[in-house]
Amino acid sequence: MAGLRSGFGRYTHAIVRGIPESLAKEALRTGTGEEVDLAKAQREEEAYVEVLRTQLGLEVVELPADESLPDCVFVEDAAVVCGDTALITIPGAPSRRRETEAIKAALKDLNLNIVEMADENATLDGGDVLFTGQEFFVGLSKRTNQRGAEILADAFKDYAVSTVPVMEGLHLKSFCSMGGPGLIVIGSSEPAQKALKTMQQMSDHRYDKLTVPDDGAANCIYMNLPNKGHVLLHCTPEQYPESAKVFEKLKDYTLIPLSNLEKVKVDGALTCCSVLINKKANM
Amino acid sequence: MTTEVGSETEVKEKAEESVAQSEPSENVTEETNEVANIEGEVEESQKEKDGKEGKGISRYLPTWLKKQKSQSQTSPTKEIPLTEKTAGKVRQEEEVNGHAEEVEEKEAGKSDQVKEKEAECHSSTSADTEPAKEEKVQESPEKSLEKAEVTKEGEGEKEQKKEQEGKAEGQQEGEEGQNSIFQSPLRLVRKAKMKLVVCHVTLLDETVYTCEVEKRAKGQYLFFKVCEHLNLLEKDYFGLTYVDSHDQKCWLDPTKEIKRQIRSNNWQFAFNVKFYPPDPSQLTEDITRYLLCLQLREDVASGRLPCSFVTHTLLGSYTLQAEFGDYEPDQPRPVDYINHQTFAPNQNKEMEEKIVELHKSHRGMTPAQADSQFLENAKKLSMYGVDLHHAKDSEGVDIMLGVCANGLLVYKDRLRINRFAWPKILKISYKRNNFYIKIRPGETEQFESTVGFKLQNHRSAKRLWKVCVENHSFFRLNTPEPPTKARFLTLGSKFRYSGRTQAQTRLASTLIDRPAPSFERTSSKRISRSLDGAPVISITEAGKDGAENGRELHSDSKSPMRVHGDNIYDHDKTQEEVLKHQASISQLKRSFMEAPPPSPPQPNQWETRLTSSPTTTMRVQQQIVVSEPQAEAAAAADNTPSDTKEPVKTTEVEIEEMVVVKEVSKAPKPGIVTVTVSSPAEQETREQEVPVVQEVPVLVEAIVKKQESVSSESESDGEAEYHPNVSVSISHTQIPEEKEEDEELEKEEEKRPENDVLVVDASSPPAEGSQPVEVTSRQAEESSIEKAGEEKEEEVDEMEESTDDPMVTPDEAPNGLTPHEESVITMAGPAEEEEEPKMNGEAALVQTEPRPQVICCSEPPVVKTEMVTISDTFAAQKTEIATKEVPIVHTETKTITYEAAQLDGSGDGEPGVLMTAQTITSESLCTTTTTHITKTLKGGLSETRIEKRIVITGDCDIDHDEALAQAIKEAKEQHPDMSVTRVVVHKETELAEEED
Repeated sequence: MAGLRSGFGRYTHAIVRGIPESLAKEALRTGTGEEVDLAKAQREEEAYVEVLRTQLGLEVVELPADESLPDCVFVEDAAVVCGDTALITIPGAPSRRRETEAIKAALKDLNLNIVEMADENATLDGGDVLFTGQEFFVGLSKRTNQRGAEILADAFKDYAVSTVPVMEGLHLKSFCSMGGPGLIVIGSSEPAQKALKTMQQMSDHRYDKLTVPDDGAANCIYMNLPNKGHVLLHCTPEQYPESAKVFEKLKDYTLIPLSNLEKVKVDGALTCCSVLINKKANM
Repeated sequence: MTTEVGSETEVKEKAEESVAQSEPSENVTEETNEVANIEGEVEESQKEKDGKEGKGISRYLPTWLKKQKSQSQTSPTKEIPLTEKTAGKVRQEEEVNGHAEEVEEKEAGKSDQVKEKEAECHSSTSADTEPAKEEKVQESPEKSLEKAEVTKEGEGEKEQKKEQEGKAEGQQEGEEGQNSIFQSPLRLVRKAKMKLVVCHVTLLDETVYTCEVEKRAKGQYLFFKVCEHLNLLEKDYFGLTYVDSHDQKCWLDPTKEIKRQIRSNNWQFAFNVKFYPPDPSQLTEDITRYLLCLQLREDVASGRLPCSFVTHTLLGSYTLQAEFGDYEPDQPRPVDYINHQTFAPNQNKEMEEKIVELHKSHRGMTPAQADSQFLENAKKLSMYGVDLHHAKDSEGVDIMLGVCANGLLVYKDRLRINRFAWPKILKISYKRNNFYIKIRPGETEQFESTVGFKLQNHRSAKRLWKVCVENHSFFRLNTPEPPTKARFLTLGSKFRYSGRTQAQTRLASTLIDRPAPSFERTSSKRISRSLDGAPVISITEAGKDGAENGRELHSDSKSPMRVHGDNIYDHDKTQEEVLKHQASISQLKRSFMEAPPPSPPQPNQWETRLTSSPTTTMRVQQQIVVSEPQAEAAAAADNTPSDTKEPVKTTEVEIEEMVVVKEVSKAPKPGIVTVTVSSPAEQETREQEVPVVQEVPVLVEAIVKKQESVSSESESDGEAEYHPNVSVSISHTQIPEEKEEDEELEKEEEKRPENDVLVVDASSPPAEGSQPVEVTSRQAEESSIEKAGEEKEEEVDEMEESTDDPMVTPDEAPNGLTPHEESVITMAGPAEEEEEPKMNGEAALVQTEPRPQVICCSEPPVVKTEMVTISDTFAAQKTEIATKEVPIVHTETKTITYEAAQLDGSGDGEPGVLMTAQTITSESLCTTTTTHITKTLKGGLSETRIEKRIVITGDCDIDHDEALAQAIKEAKEQHPDMSVTRVVVHKETELAEEED
């Protein structure tokens, strides 16, 4: 409720999953990009987990990789957690449907309220779900359909759920994310800006925007942690030099650059690799 | 009140009876009581509103009466002194002779013959101020009638009508009654006692409050009674609902008679929150928050306000804390309570346990604090305060339209697919079962877009539209629209938001200084405690409590007639305002109405309706200002003897005049000729059409021409085309139907109120100043009225309205008998520019003798028109806007043309030299006004021609005549030196197809 909303960005737990070797060759990708260097990707993942665990002090639940699920590292798509409710999704890509099983079990272990999508026609990728702390925006994309959004709305009745067409890119969060309470980080591409306009129009709330030159850089992870204040995990200057400069302008933020060079080749963004949970709020 | 031909004795008896009735509260007495009630309502701060909105039949009555008087000219008006209050002593003789009614009051000395104006003022004032006076009014029907006319408040008028009707036949509709009276003046109308009806109002705590109201009482009366019972001061957030014959929950319009709205013998109502305050913490009183909590509990439990499991439990826990206080394991009550209480639609054991668990954590929280916490959480829910309506988008997809404080939300299933914030919305309109909003162009867009939705039927479209108007008014407006908008013709649709805006109610709330009223939490029987925890003894009966806690209440108790003395902060102000109004009206009459007796449609009501008019604004401001002393004022109003009041009134009146003056002075356009024309034709048309009509878009075009009408690109231009140099009444008829349709659309959009389209073209032929006769305003009125099936209620109203203008009947019109409207027109008379002073004098003469020579009534066949609807429900999501053709619209058009005798040279005059031409377009939510001003040099004389085109969209119940008359008046005020050459009223009504 109110408490939850005011504590936007507060997390206690994170669920991550290992990178299967099949990722390099079998993972779904929108582009024809270069080959993924598996070792590098795994190092990225390790760094990622390390930041969450040691630097930020989250309790990290590491799920083992499943070779039969090349995309399983991108756990975000398998579940949407808000408050004490976890919606287990039906990923839009059939090959990813089974990813939810392990996630669901892990969430259950965390005593979350599990809601499953009963409608087989519904698809929803967590990457299309942007929770602003006040409301949800759900991108209608190749992976997420209207029905999926409806179910999400049903699962989180307290919040307004607005749909946003995703013209380009894989997910809604492929070009945007929350950079703080009421702050939307948005890419500068036309589809991204268009989506932002839509979101602004649909919302009763006012959002500030932080525009970054690269759409890919717009995907970052915001946290508000006790004793740490505003924390932002964002792309590295090596990957997006111009965008990184933008982040550096943020005041009072703890900025943590994370490399994502390899996973991005298979459309993996920073938020994709974890499911963040705030357990204390759930009592 | 009623035209009683009966013997004096009868009247006396009645009066005595009324007096005899010891309990004023019951309002059992016949007409008097009615009047009293009404007046009381008026007195209650909302007089203004009522006046504005109260259109109904009542308006017409006064006009009608005036006509009669004018014709007869013999009927003396007498003023009834306040002393006459004692009904027993007052005797009334009313004779109805033919058209004229003579009323003699035998009160010695007291009865003074005063000019109509004065009489009006007095009567009105007296009525407003004191119940006793009301009786007087009743006694003198004529006076009352006059009052009604003068008074802006429709209530008084209505009552009068009612009385008349009642006498004739208890339940006859006002129209019939009027008609009958009119037709057979000799007929004796007898007053019948007003019947009392028992109302059952389900309160938010699910108890039922039962009270009696007079059958003719307005919604406001009952509402205030309920609020009084609840001891609620911040009542603007609330309203009464009823279930209509289609099982739809509807808001009871405070300004309309209850009986007409519910349309059944089932006088069951529910007290509900109408406007959910976005920030409940800003409410002043705990009792208000408590009531809001009750509503929200119900909303949550019923599923109307969806929320998550967690929220359910949290809200439930606050409810327990508020009702039972700290959790105490020993006390079984909460458990029992929880068992019987519904917290959620899908309540289960787990939830209840969780609720109890959370309840434990609220220890020490007072009920008021618990309520506040409840509200703090509830207000964040996404559907908080969202009023959902089923609809279809342009593609026939089922959607929901949600109206809320911020704007209009579009949902598909539970997903929000679009949102239109109020600031983005230029116009709100509905036509038939279509609901339209016109969207302000975005940064990158060049054009406004119109989004259309299909509602289930006309009724639901109208209901949605009303809710939008009300929510927008309540949440977005600080005060009524600024006067700058649509100054000329403001056609209020009947419907306007009649209450205070949120800003106003907040301001008013700050003035509440009563100790926090104690109230019992009925569900738990727990006595609410103030925040400091001190227990307060709760008094069950609101009335008693009020006496103790509220200053205002006491007055009420004494005079039951007045329903809401306590609640109204600006009570006095209201009265003042009303007075002012009246004064201004009378002024207007004096200045403009000099000539023929025919009384223009009641100006008061007009003004009242005109939200945008400066006068209105002034009032509002005054209210606010006055509100501070309210307590005292209210008390004074209640108890103060008439004497005291009168002086005050006088002052107020003066003020009013000043206001009026200001307005006039404000009208900057010196050379501009304003033409006001009232169209009697319309009324006639209406009558005929009435049954059929549902939505009437009103397009009012006032064109003041000197020589050339300048046509530009705008909408008005299109109109202008119709009215070239020649003032031919026919022009409108020739207008292609399609265009009209388009116009209608526009109009509708513009007018959020109701869909009436009046086209008034007034052209002033100043050119030929030399010929005074010519100057006579030539009036061409075309009124085409199409009404699509409207709600039955409205239809009735219209019917009644139509009755009012029997005089106007085309047959009569041609004869020297000028209906009031005509007179009005004449008034507008020839306007001359400075160069020709003669004109003015003559003009007056002309006015006196208006003679319409040509009267054409044509009823065009039904035309099929296609409306183009651009809907982009999904605009936010789709790049392109889908354009869709809406099904064929059947339009009925009636055109009536009046042409006054004209020697006017304008027609034959040489073209002259065009000096300047300009087009001004102003647009507001309600109306679009386009003004073309042309100056030409003709034979050394400069002519100014002003064409005004006003498009108004509204419901059929708009009083077009009044609107026209008002427009004329205003025009005259603004441009006294100009004449009206042409007035065209075009009225289109759609035939309702889907009338359920």
